[in-house]
Amino acid sequence: MKSVQFIDGKAVHVVKRFSCDEWVELVTAYLENDLDEPTRQRFEEHLAECECCGHYLHQFRVTVTALGALPPDPPPDDMRDRLLSAFRNRRDSRVEERRSS
Amino acid sequence: MTRISQMSDREEAIVESFTGSRLPPDDVVVAALRAGDESMFAALLDTWSRGMLWLARSHVSTNDSAEEVVQDTWLAVIRGIDGFEGRSSVKTWVYRILVNTARKRGVRENRTVPWSSAFEHREEPSVDPACFQSADDPFPGHWKNVPTAWSTPEGEVLAAEVRGLIAAALAELPPRQRAVITLRDVEGCTSEEVCEILEISAANQRVLLHRARVAVRGRLEDYFETARRSA
Repeated sequence: MKSVQFIDGKAVHVVKRFSCDEWVELVTAYLENDLDEPTRQRFEEHLAECECCGHYLHQFRVTVTALGALPPDPPPDDMRDRLLSAFRNRRDSRVEERRSS
Repeated sequence: MTRISQMSDREEAIVESFTGSRLPPDDVVVAALRAGDESMFAALLDTWSRGMLWLARSHVSTNDSAEEVVQDTWLAVIRGIDGFEGRSSVKTWVYRILVNTARKRGVRENRTVPWSSAFEHREEPSVDPACFQSADDPFPGHWKNVPTAWSTPEGEVLAAEVRGLIAAALAELPPRQRAVITLRDVEGCTSEEVCEILEISAANQRVLLHRARVAVRGRLEDYFETARRSA
């Protein structure tokens, strides 16, 4: 991976490139749009050159999508029944209050 | 729901799964609860209780204790809905009641580990350094075992096996990472909502979320690698 190129004896790209182990730490910040502009550019430069990290980013996105695709998980039945019954009691007692006032 | 009908089955399943977004706007929710609409209350129960349970678990010492916190929170919601002033979203309001209830109980159980302690190791790498080449290798800092392309045919991420792996991965996470990833990625809260609910900074929220995602990805990697090799 070329971090510094020499053209006519002069170093270009003197801004340090990310190595993969540095890059992976920024993936969530990148997906959250929380990188400042120079860092985002360096992140994307690395991404454009590194197939491995491209795969990693895709894997990360698959992971986030899969988490969002978990089906709902209702509370245990006995708790759910108790709470629905508490909700009904409260409603009924309020109807009572309104009638008597 | 005409927009959804144009999507593929997989996309539809994913949109469906963002259960939070299936709930109507707050004013409709509040009016329904005040009017005694049991189906609306049941929808909130079914949508938010998992996130609430994990979050409660990050403050108290047992699963039973966390369940009681969730139950007490819903009872407080039933009592308090008439007085709800709408200064935050309903979701944030409910979760704030939960956090306060859980904290009080954590104090009673002598289990008051401050959330700030979750960030003591934030400078440590989230991905195992063993995944990368060391200083003696040809390309220090580059992948040792290179990540491969995960083939994800339609519906693959929803496969029962994947769901089971994710559930297992979540269960193994440190409680605070689990609370954040559940709220963000499973329940679909925004980062602003999570910061407000947990009273943590955006940067700290991101640290916990990133570590949790790295861990869950690691669990899925085994599955996809095995699938790839046997293909």
